[in-house]
Amino acid sequence: MGPKDPARDETVLRLSGITKRFGALVANDEISFALAKGEVVALLGENGAGKTTLMNILFGHYTADEGTVEVFGAPLPPGQPGAALAAGVGMVHQHFTLADNMTVLENIQLGTEPLWRLGLGRSAARRRVARLAQDFGLAVDPDARVGTLSVGERQRVEILKALYREARILILDEPTAVLTPQEAEALFETLRKMVAQGLSVIFISHKLHEVMAISSRVLVLRHGRLVGEVATRDTDRHALATLMVGAEIAAPEPTQARPGAVLMTLDRVETPPRGNRPGLRGVDLALRAGQILGLAGVSGNGQGALADLISGLEGPIAGRLRVGEAEVTRWSPRAALAAGVGRIPEDRHKTGTIADFTLTENAVLESYARPPTANHGWMNWRAAREAAQEIIAKYDVRCPGPETRIRLLSGGNMQKLILGRVLEAAPRIILANQPVRGLDIGAVTYVQEQLIAARNAGAAVLLISEDLDEILTLSDVIRVISDGRLSPEFARGEKTAAELGQWMAGQGFDHAA
Amino acid sequence: MRLEPIAAPSHARTLGLPALAIAATVLVAALLAALAGANPLQTFGLIVKGAVGSKFATLETLNRATPLIFTGLAVAVAFRAKLWNIGAEAQLYAGALVTVLIGTQMGLPGPLALPIMALAAVLAGALTLLGPVLLKTRLGVDEVVTTLLLNFIMALFISYLLEGPLKDPMGMGWPKSPALPRDARLPRIVEGLRLHWGFALALICAAGVWLIQTRTTLGYEIRAVGQNPQAARFAGIPVGRVLVKTALISGGLAALAGFSEVAGLKGNLTSDLSPGFGYTGIIVAMLALLHPLGVVVSALFVAGIFVGADSMSRAAEVPTYIADILLAAALLFMVLAILLTRFRVVRG
Amino acid sequence: MSELVDILISASFWAAVLRIAAPLIFATMGELICERAGVLNLGIEGIMVFGAFAGWVTVYAGGGLWAGVAVAMLAGMGFGAVHALLTVPFGLSQHVVGLGITMLATASAYYAYRLALPEVTNPPRIEPFQPLHIPGLSDLPWLGEALFSQTALSWAGFACVALTALVLYRTPLGLALRAAGENPQAVEAQGLSVAALRMGAVIVGSGLMAVGGAFLTMSAFSSFFFEMVNGRGWICIALVVFGAWKPGKALLGALLFAGFDALQVRLQQTGLGQIVPYQVFLMIPYLLSILALILMSRRAQVPAALMTPFNRGER
Repeated sequence: MGPKDPARDETVLRLSGITKRFGALVANDEISFALAKGEVVALLGENGAGKTTLMNILFGHYTADEGTVEVFGAPLPPGQPGAALAAGVGMVHQHFTLADNMTVLENIQLGTEPLWRLGLGRSAARRRVARLAQDFGLAVDPDARVGTLSVGERQRVEILKALYREARILILDEPTAVLTPQEAEALFETLRKMVAQGLSVIFISHKLHEVMAISSRVLVLRHGRLVGEVATRDTDRHALATLMVGAEIAAPEPTQARPGAVLMTLDRVETPPRGNRPGLRGVDLALRAGQILGLAGVSGNGQGALADLISGLEGPIAGRLRVGEAEVTRWSPRAALAAGVGRIPEDRHKTGTIADFTLTENAVLESYARPPTANHGWMNWRAAREAAQEIIAKYDVRCPGPETRIRLLSGGNMQKLILGRVLEAAPRIILANQPVRGLDIGAVTYVQEQLIAARNAGAAVLLISEDLDEILTLSDVIRVISDGRLSPEFARGEKTAAELGQWMAGQGFDHAA
Repeated sequence: MRLEPIAAPSHARTLGLPALAIAATVLVAALLAALAGANPLQTFGLIVKGAVGSKFATLETLNRATPLIFTGLAVAVAFRAKLWNIGAEAQLYAGALVTVLIGTQMGLPGPLALPIMALAAVLAGALTLLGPVLLKTRLGVDEVVTTLLLNFIMALFISYLLEGPLKDPMGMGWPKSPALPRDARLPRIVEGLRLHWGFALALICAAGVWLIQTRTTLGYEIRAVGQNPQAARFAGIPVGRVLVKTALISGGLAALAGFSEVAGLKGNLTSDLSPGFGYTGIIVAMLALLHPLGVVVSALFVAGIFVGADSMSRAAEVPTYIADILLAAALLFMVLAILLTRFRVVRG
Repeated sequence: MSELVDILISASFWAAVLRIAAPLIFATMGELICERAGVLNLGIEGIMVFGAFAGWVTVYAGGGLWAGVAVAMLAGMGFGAVHALLTVPFGLSQHVVGLGITMLATASAYYAYRLALPEVTNPPRIEPFQPLHIPGLSDLPWLGEALFSQTALSWAGFACVALTALVLYRTPLGLALRAAGENPQAVEAQGLSVAALRMGAVIVGSGLMAVGGAFLTMSAFSSFFFEMVNGRGWICIALVVFGAWKPGKALLGALLFAGFDALQVRLQQTGLGQIVPYQVFLMIPYLLSILALILMSRRAQVPAALMTPFNRGER
């Protein structure tokens, strides 16, 4: 598929001079582009570049401060997702917008009929969904409750929602973030079918190889500005990376690991399932000093259960958990901290910090009960403030001061504070659950370097990530989690991404077990 | 419309909006007075005069504020941990009941009687709230409804006792308990002035709660649990235990209102001991933004409104319920105003 | 024991069960609609008080009975609108606002009552709804008295359950309402307004609560007196939980509950009433409500977004 010239082909969408400010931050700065019928345009940029904001404006979740959107030649009224849908724009959000407690069909039908009407017309809807599913290769049971579906299936429901409304323009926000490489390939197949039928696609991503694989044109966003627009066939990954980041930033290159003693052992550990997600099923795991163990897998396959176990939030219902040689009996977050486990949680906003607490209060969240922060139940706020100031200085947390509420900080600075809080306690074991998700590239590099430094200093690091590239870059050894089970340990470089993808999809476990 | 946080709100905003809320409340009150055919300004004048217009009025206001400081503190402590204790009324009666039981039945010698009565009252109030809190932490039962329902159960229980085993034989058939002996009464702070030591105890409690909240690890834990229980749990704060401790403090404080009313003011227990002090405590606490020292100020204000409205309604044709409407409206206006000091409304 | 049997086979007992259940049914449906859309409405108790007053005073002032119901409903919707405005677009604490509305509505009713009747000690009576005579059915022996001696407003209560169920499960509107309580983002992304749905639900639900209150003064009793609602609103909140947020089950809960209430009144007249103080009987409804909450605590499927405010553009 060659690049298209929107001036020549039929233009389906035109954004002109879109500007959006959040307070002092300019999230989108005079962005203009056009989309032609039957093309896939990739919107490339690192986290925080303004991609999602731009698409949220296009879809009507936000209102732009300046600029206009035209769909099929008609201006789109701002701030109304309903108007965007009616004009033929569909959006698959990064965080799915599905009601778990309702069926697939109900989710698809939601909002498609006039509200004041008796009857839901389920059978006609079911027939249409079945046909769309067949046409585009989107198999899913229309009567299943969404809560019981896998991530890949949920994404198919999201796409079906748009197709059911006869969307002509589909926006996909980081659609592959939660998929195995194989599932991503299936998604691309669906997208190609859609394009062949004359639909247009905007594909948001920060993954270069996907952009190269699926798009015909690439728009690059940086700090809210459109900094490049190139035909995919005229560029390569290297050039795109430079455009995206502005300057080349070398990814951290870990030195050779020198693994030491086993610091934590899981021995046939089982944890209870949560809802329809699996718990751990007979997991063996050994974390060694001076080694980063990367855990790959599609989200929802038991990562949460493993992270909760190691953080102390949950104990095993069967099997044994040992720290060093000692078997753990009473396991709690406090016990984990006392055993030298440092924990970087998956969600820094909801789990890692308390939004309306100051930096000082957040800095001592895990150590508030001990001297010097507290003495016999009395807080020593001066000591707490000093601890916070030390972290702020040492870990380069950009903030007005230790008495600032942490919710005013950027994600990267928030993560640096958490990192400082964890590392200053000199942990022997570090759980890093999605430590760089949503951070800009500078913060990503910083966090990753700190993890490598901790490993070099002798800590055992468990890195959980859904980003296979991150796992491949940082890990000394890799294991894959699927449906609550762990694959054998693979040495660095032993498996390719595609091979790991097969494990992520659940293949190979039966032989291994 | 949607709300957008303001990083650094201006003084005009942080002071102006609450002032606007007060103005709106006054406007509502003026409308209500006008509706009753009275002159609003005159009505306000009568309320103020009734609240602080004389030594007697001022002392009456201070007396009325005393139980409200206790229940306001009880609510403020609990709400800080997002523990929705709407049962201060029941805890108050539990405290009053135990006060009367010990004071009239055990015949303790003077200096011992009062401290033991107070401690027992605190314990009774704490235990009254313990049940709903354990149901919340163990089974996830919403404490709003259970504490509310307990108010009705407690009222019936008190009614039964006052008509049965605890009925004063000398009470001429009225459902009331026997009176406390002289030794078991809280003395007046200044001889000759009708203000008892319960008021001083309330002030001490406010200072104590303030100290707990700002200076102790428990206070830090309570705030953390209230703001974000998930993060608190992750950080190793024992959320359930903190909620139980909060409940014990909250229930105990509410019970002290009952102790102070019985031992300081009334001398016996009746089923109308509290005209809704437990519920009004919610307004007191919210108007104080849950700040323990603010509770003292807002309790004085709320008590003044009530005392003033009582006195006003004797002179003018405006029903005394104007006070309740005014305070409920003040609560709603104030929470909105406080929200708008931190967020601005934007289009889209 | 034989006394219990006597009670259970008496037609008047079953008639009483339906009569006691009806106001609870209105208010429970009102609360259920609010909660299904994601808003806890603790204004229920006060809105019922105001509804009881508004309905009564309309008739007292010379209006018709149905006009009284309509006025009560409109007044309830008014308080609902305040609740909705503060909790939905402004996203204020549903606990605080709800309790504030309860205090506001209760005090307003008492204030207005005192304004209307400054000197009265004995609450004046109105001519309430009379039992609706259904040809054939009402004349049946026993059954006629037990089941078919209800007022038109009672029947409206039962119809209200059917209507609520129909709307929730058989219309696109109901689908959208349920989705607003499950995942507001899903509703927003399908082009519907979460705020409009939730505000509508709170306003309509509050209207039903007020009708539940009006039932007390216009069908059950015939005058308005202070503290007549007496915690029924809180009981309805428990009934919603007990009914697992489903109209049919909530109706069942209301009937069961009314059954115990009717029973305790009658047991007071029996030999048991000589031994056990009447306060114990009066406690039964409240104790049952707590028991219902405990029983359902592990089972019920709570609307996932209940009490979670939704701010557009925050994601």
